[in-house]
Amino acid sequence: MHYTFTIERGNFADAGQASSNVKRTLKQLGVDPASIKRAVVALFEAEINAVAHAYGGTIDVDIDAEKVMMVVADEGPGIPNLELAMQEGWSTASPQVREMGYGAGMGLPNIKKNTDELKIDTKVGVGTTVTMIVKLV
Amino acid sequence: MKISEIAQLVDGVLVGAPVDQFYEVEKAFASDLMSDVLRFNMDNTVLITGLCNNQTMRTCEMADIRVILMGRDKQPDEDMIELAVDNDITIIKSRYSIFKLSGILYKAGIQPLY
Ligand SMILES: Nc1ncnc2c1ncn2[C@@H]1O[C@H](COP(=O)(O)OP(=O)(O)OP(=O)(O)O)[C@@H](O)[C@H]1O
Ligand SMILES: [Mg+2]
Repeated sequence: MHYTFTIERGNFADAGQASSNVKRTLKQLGVDPASIKRAVVALFEAEINAVAHAYGGTIDVDIDAEKVMMVVADEGPGIPNLELAMQEGWSTASPQVREMGYGAGMGLPNIKKNTDELKIDTKVGVGTTVTMIVKLV
Repeated sequence: MKISEIAQLVDGVLVGAPVDQFYEVEKAFASDLMSDVLRFNMDNTVLITGLCNNQTMRTCEMADIRVILMGRDKQPDEDMIELAVDNDITIIKSRYSIFKLSGILYKAGIQPLY
């Protein structure tokens, strides 16, 4: 099954809607709760990052019996130093983003922890694509 | 501890999803940083927070959090309450500070997450 969502630039009121939809779908498919949580936490963090640090983008989700594959692609500033960005506690979140409850510098580490495979392609001045796979048990 | 007992202890007002009479709160975690919350298994855990926006609700949805203790007299708007109802989340509103709420729950035997 394939699903596509759009992430709107700067829209914090609706950010997380795609992750919410995916959660509902996985539940309906009878996927085990632990796998659902891993997948949606990773997707949610990536979705929020595309709103908080970039100018929105798209989400593609593919679900089959063995895995959930999620691709969050944004247009944005890219990540100049990915190694640094992956560290717990490292954040460049703006005061506005912090007011929304983000900026702990835990999003990317949370994504890493909750996925079985993670690939981040990023180009400064162009954007970032986060590809995540969660295996279903 | 039952959700209604917690509401009583903090002189709280209940909004959002109706109280699940069978839900047992054993632990609590206090934070205004949502990615901090998303690090943990939040089963049977109440989130104590002063962050009052849609992102609070979305985070609880993803983390399977069923009870929020919202301090500092924050008032969730209609959007938030709708999200709470849709996702089976009960909100206890209280005028107390986060420190006071944490102290009251700790004294009543609620365990810290870590
Ligand atoms: N899609 C993105 N585009 C541009 N920069 C990004 C993107 N995602 C992450 N970053 C950069 O990497 C940093 C770390 O990201 P991470 O998600 O770990 O933390 P955060 O978003 O700052 O805070 P948190 O996720 O804990 O709320 C960000 O502060 C930002 O500088
Ligand atoms: Mg983040």
